Amino acid sequence: MEAFIRVTGIAAPLVRINIDTDQIIPTLFLGGTDAKGYGAHLFHGWRFLPDGRPNPEFVLNQPPFDRAQVLLADRNFGCGSSRERAPKALREFGFRAILAPSYGGIFFNNCYRNGIVPVELPIEAVREIEAEVDANPSGQVTVDLESQRVTSPSGESYSFTAPTTLRDMLLAGVDEIELTLGRQSEIEQFREKDRARRPWAYL
Amino acid sequence: MKTFFEKVWQDHVITSLGDADLLQVDRLVLHELSGSQAVRALAEANRKPMAKEQVFTVIEHLISTRPGRGPTESASKSGPIMIETTRRASIDWGFHFIDYNDPRQGIAHVVAPELGIAFPGATLVCCDSHTSTVGGVGALAWGIGASEAEHVLATQTLAQSRPKTMRVNFDGKLQPGVYAKDMILALIGQVGAQGGIGYAVEYAGEAVRALPIEGRLTLCNMAIEFQAKYGFVPPDAVTLEYLRGREFSPKGEIWDAAAAYWLSLATDPGATFDLEVHVDCNTLAPQVTWGTSPQQVTSIEGSVPRPGEAADEKALGYMRLEAGTPLAGLKVDVAYIGSCTNARLSDLRAAADVLRGRKVAPGVMAICVPGSTPVKAAAEAEGLDRVFIDAGFEWHESACGFCGHIGDNRFADLRVVSTTNRNFEGRQGPKTRTHLASPATVAASAVAGCIADARSMTLSPALPQGGGSHTSPRGSA
Ligand code: SF4
Repeated sequence: MEAFIRVTGIAAPLVRINIDTDQIIPTLFLGGTDAKGYGAHLFHGWRFLPDGRPNPEFVLNQPPFDRAQVLLADRNFGCGSSRERAPKALREFGFRAILAPSYGGIFFNNCYRNGIVPVELPIEAVREIEAEVDANPSGQVTVDLESQRVTSPSGESYSFTAPTTLRDMLLAGVDEIELTLGRQSEIEQFREKDRARRPWAYL
Repeated sequence: MKTFFEKVWQDHVITSLGDADLLQVDRLVLHELSGSQAVRALAEANRKPMAKEQVFTVIEHLISTRPGRGPTESASKSGPIMIETTRRASIDWGFHFIDYNDPRQGIAHVVAPELGIAFPGATLVCCDSHTSTVGGVGALAWGIGASEAEHVLATQTLAQSRPKTMRVNFDGKLQPGVYAKDMILALIGQVGAQGGIGYAVEYAGEAVRALPIEGRLTLCNMAIEFQAKYGFVPPDAVTLEYLRGREFSPKGEIWDAAAAYWLSLATDPGATFDLEVHVDCNTLAPQVTWGTSPQQVTSIEGSVPRPGEAADEKALGYMRLEAGTPLAGLKVDVAYIGSCTNARLSDLRAAADVLRGRKVAPGVMAICVPGSTPVKAAAEAEGLDRVFIDAGFEWHESACGFCGHIGDNRFADLRVVSTTNRNFEGRQGPKTRTHLASPATVAASAVAGCIADARSMTLSPALPQGGGSHTSPRGSA
C-alpha cells in the first residue's frame, strides 16, 4: 500500500452529514476491472451539470480547492456501499486525508488501503478549521499520522487517535498480504485444529 | 457469560494483532461488480487463492433481468467485461460458481442462505455492504472492500478491529400488515443513520423470535443503513429447521454435531452489551421514507416533517417535497419490488395478497424482480407470477436489477416506491426520488397510484379494484 507519514495541503470544506459512497462515486461509473480511472467521476452528481460541464457552485471546482489534499466533512462520511472505488476516486483526485467526526466502517478500512487517512475529529474541531479555511482558502492544513496531529493554517493543533494496526501498516506502506503470508504456519495450524472442531466450515 | 458475537469472534481469532485480530474467514462470496477487481488484482500480483473450496461466486449485480437474457447482457457499459472476468477467474480457479443461467442463481445475499453457504457461527464476507443480510441465519457476515477481498483470497483471513456490541430488542408483537421492513426502518429512524457506527448488532426480543428466517434476513440486510457492519439473529430452532437439507448444509452425523454446536452459540442469559436499544412493536405502523437517508422515515399515517437540520432541507429539495405533506396519497410513477432486502418468497406473497384481483393504476410502471431464480420458480409454482402479471407488473429474471443505477435510465426523474434499502440521491437513477417501504406497501401504492396503506386493502373485505385515484387507496377505477 501507498505509505503515509504526513501531508500538508489545502483543505476543502464539504461539511455535510451522511455523504454516502454513491455520492462520492455513483454506481454508473464503477465500470471496468481496473484499479484506476475513478478520479474523473469523483462526486459526479454534484461536480458536473447535467450537460457535463463543471458545476461552478461545487466547492471542488473552485480554486484553490481543486488542488485540495484534505477534505473536511461531517459525521458518517462514506456511509453506504462498500465500493472501494470511493477512496480510489478521492485519492486520484488528490486527497490524502479526510477530517470528519465519524465514517462508514467499510469505507474507513478501504481508505487505509488506498493511501488516505480518515481522521476522526470532533465536529467542533472540523468547524474551527473550516472557519479558518473560509477566511483564508489557501491556508495549509497538516495531517501527521506519525504524531497523530492535525495542524490548522493558524497553527492550532488537534490530536487524534488512529487504530494501531492500520496506522503501522500505512506508516510503513506494507504489503498486507505479504505480511499475513508470513504467518502461514500459524494459519495452517489454526485451520487444522478448527477443521477437527467445525468440519462443516470446510467443504 | 458471553454474547453470541463474542463466542463467534473468539472462535475465529488466529492471532491478536494488538487493536485488531487476524480472523479465519469461513466463506468468501464474490460477485461481478467488485469481485472482478479482486480476482484481477490477485492474478496481477501472481498469487493464488488459498482455499478455493471456501469461495463462492454468483453472477447477479450487473447481469440483465430481461427474460431470455444473454450470458453477458447488462445495462452497464462495462458489465460484459466485468461479468466475463469474474466468470473466467471463478472457473479457472475452481470456486463454487453460480452462473447467470444456473437454476440456483440470484442475488448473493438471497442465494447464500438458500443454499446453506451461510450457516450459524460462520464468518462470511463479500465485497458488498449488505453482506450482513445472512446474519439472519446466525452467520457473522460483513461487507469488505476489494483489497480486503484480495487478502481473503490469498490467505483466507482478514485483520479486523473488534467492534462494540449492541442489542436491539424488538419488544411486543407486530400487528397484522406490519413487517420486518417496517421494524428496521423504524429502528433506523430512532437511532439515526450513523447510530450503529462501531457496533455489531444483535437483534433480539419477542418480535424477532416470532419472525421466520426471511424476515430476519430483511432485518439484518439493513444493518449497514445505520452503519452497523454486522447484524445478526443468533440461531434457534427456526434457523435449524430452515437450514436442514440445503445443498451446502452439513449432513448426517456432522449435521447433528453442527446443530448442537450452533445452538450453543446463543447469547448467554446475563451476558452484557455495550448498548441496549428498545423498539416497541405493539404500536408499530407501516413505515415509508421521505428523504434521501433511511433515517428520514415516518409512519404511513404521518406527514413529511419540518426540517430539523440542513441535511433535511437538502433532502426535501431533492425529493421535491414540502413539510406537512401526508405521505399517504403522494403520487408515485414507479412501484418496484426487488433486491436483497425484500424479494424473497414471503415478500412476493405479501405483495400478491394485495394485488390479487386488482390492477396497477394507469400510468404507474410496476416491476417485480425476484430475489433469486429459486424464488422465482417457487412463486411461479404457486401462480404468483400470474397475479403480478395480471395486475400489470413486469415479471423479470433474478438479479440486482433496478436497485442501483448501473446504466438503465427507466427511473430517471421519477418518484419510485421501492422495497430496496437505499434512498440516496441518484441511487436508482438520475434525479430518481426513492421512497423505501415494505412489499405490501409498494403493492398497495402500485394499485392506488400513490403511496397507500396496504392494511386498508388486505385487512378489510375485498373491495372493488383501485386505480386512477391518487388520494385514496380505495379509489374506484
Ligand atoms: S439488490 Fe441492491 S442492495 Fe442488494 S446486493 Fe444488489 S445492488 Fe446491492
